[in-house]
Amino acid sequence: MADAAVALEVQDVHTFYGNIHALKGLSLTVAEGEIVTLIGANGAGKTTTLNTICGLVPPREGQVRLSGQDLTGVPPHQIVARGVVQVPEGRRVFARLTTEENLQMGGYTVRDQAVARAGIDRAYQMFPRLKERRHQVAGTLSGGEQQMLAIGRALMAEPRVLLLDEPSMGLAPVLVEGIFETIDRLHQAGTTILLVEQNARMALQVADRGYVIETGKIVLADSAASLRENPMIQKVYLGVA
Amino acid sequence: MQVRLADRVTDLAIATFLWAFRISVVLIVVVGSFLTLSSGKYGLETWTGLVITGLTTGSVYALVALGYTMVYGILRMINFAHGDIFMIGGFAGYFAGLALSRLGFLNANAIASLISIMIMMVVAGVFALVVALLVERIAYRPLRNAPRLIPLISAFGASYFLEYSVKGWAGPGVYAFPDVAVLDQLVPIDFVRIKWLDVLVVIAALVMMAGLYFFVMRTKVGTAIRAVSEDKATAALMGIDVDRAIVTTFAVGAAMAGAAGVLFGLMFRQINYFSGFEPGLKAFTAAVLGGIGNIPGAMLGGLFLGQVEAVGPQLFLDGFGVPGLAGLAKAVGFTMLVLILVFRPSGLLGERISGTRA
Ligand SMILES: Nc1ncnc2c1ncn2[C@@H]1O[C@H](COP(=O)(O)OP(=O)(O)O)[C@@H](O)[C@H]1O
Ligand SMILES: [Mg+2]
Repeated sequence: MADAAVALEVQDVHTFYGNIHALKGLSLTVAEGEIVTLIGANGAGKTTTLNTICGLVPPREGQVRLSGQDLTGVPPHQIVARGVVQVPEGRRVFARLTTEENLQMGGYTVRDQAVARAGIDRAYQMFPRLKERRHQVAGTLSGGEQQMLAIGRALMAEPRVLLLDEPSMGLAPVLVEGIFETIDRLHQAGTTILLVEQNARMALQVADRGYVIETGKIVLADSAASLRENPMIQKVYLGVA
Repeated sequence: MQVRLADRVTDLAIATFLWAFRISVVLIVVVGSFLTLSSGKYGLETWTGLVITGLTTGSVYALVALGYTMVYGILRMINFAHGDIFMIGGFAGYFAGLALSRLGFLNANAIASLISIMIMMVVAGVFALVVALLVERIAYRPLRNAPRLIPLISAFGASYFLEYSVKGWAGPGVYAFPDVAVLDQLVPIDFVRIKWLDVLVVIAALVMMAGLYFFVMRTKVGTAIRAVSEDKATAALMGIDVDRAIVTTFAVGAAMAGAAGVLFGLMFRQINYFSGFEPGLKAFTAAVLGGIGNIPGAMLGGLFLGQVEAVGPQLFLDGFGVPGLAGLAKAVGFTMLVLILVFRPSGLLGERISGTRA
């Protein structure tokens, strides 16, 4: 992995909410085709990291680059057009739009109608449940279905880098398994992924590498295998006594 | 414990009062209608006349209400300058009509009249749209993230600015809208007295409302507007240009209000700098009646308010011998607002009046 080209690069970013200094010089990289996980406690700054990358909360200092191109200061909708797509925390499907309309919105940046249509069919192939529910408003879907929809919707934009924010949050264990299988499949298919999780156990099983974030800073970076064996990680994040 | 008991008693008192109020309203409406109708004082012709008046004014309210409700839906903000956008559209249509009249085209024949009115509506719509976009850019966008009351004050400011700019430039006087002779003629059917003007207003409003509904519900841009209305950050994460969706919303609402300004001018034959105030307030009322933020609600609210205003005073109050009914029409609109909100705080089709964030 080390010699693959860098897809996403976050360099020394400082992000603020008013006076709250949420990210304090955070750096990370994700190589092409790699799956990297960012783990950390609640409030550590994981969501802020993803939103900084996506341009929703631009950093006050530092840079975000996609294949060497600077993304800092680019408005969020253009960052999506360049290929960085996020599945937000808590799924955030549009509750009053139908399943299919949600997918259409995921493909908003796709100009060619035929390509968008093919994307929707692909999403239905991947998640047949969504096809059954396609004319139903998304607010009436179950949590698991909403997560499928959130992922399917993000894939509509054919992302070069997919950012996932706690996709397993609030789901029953069997659904969590399913979501991680999906993530693994996307990775096998060559998608570059940055996965934010509180479920460190699952995340470190699918990931190539991992970063540990604490109060806005990366405190540890290593291969997923080494992180799994790390006593500190085992104690704090994996709950091993 | 004592505090809780006091709260309970207050709650109970309020609930009792509201129910007593609701029951008396229903009684007034039912008994009043019964007394009026059984007196046989008014014939069918009077009633159909009132219904048609209600339908036409209601159509205009509905068109204007859509702009209030769409902007509220996407920004959670009351665009109080919207009534003035309607007035400015009316003025633009007035000048277009004047020019067409001077060319001798406006009243050349029925087809020419129809084409002229379409031109007036398009000119009005475009002009209203441009002004609305300027207002959005200058008075609202810089305040997008400010506390909710701030843009409201800015909207009042924009409203005053537009009214008094027009007053400064056109004077305080009333301009007589150009006459379109064919509109005054009666439609040749015998069972009801209806003018071509009424037909025009209702059809034009229906076409615009159907077009809007199609745009919002069936097109990609319309769906994006609904997505932005629901959740701006997530919409941006889909690659939707949120600013552009907001601007489009303002543009569509303003164009419809501008065109409605022409219809209103043709109905009431006059316009001045203050002509947008009252219809604007009524349309806002209609939007709240229908459930603010809800598009079919605004249409329904407008038509409903038009009907209640036209038919209501006669139907509900005449039986009790209340004098001066014609003058009561204006009061009825706002009484209606209060009443509906007492019965259904979220409006006719609304879900919740605030805080519908997922
Ligand atoms: N919109 C916001 N306004 C103010 N502070 C925020 C906001 N969002 C997050 N924060 C703060 O920034 C820090 C990081 O939050 P977040 O990135 O959401 O953490 P995580 O995703 O790791 O749980 C927390 O201290 C949180 O309170
Ligand atoms: Mg988070």
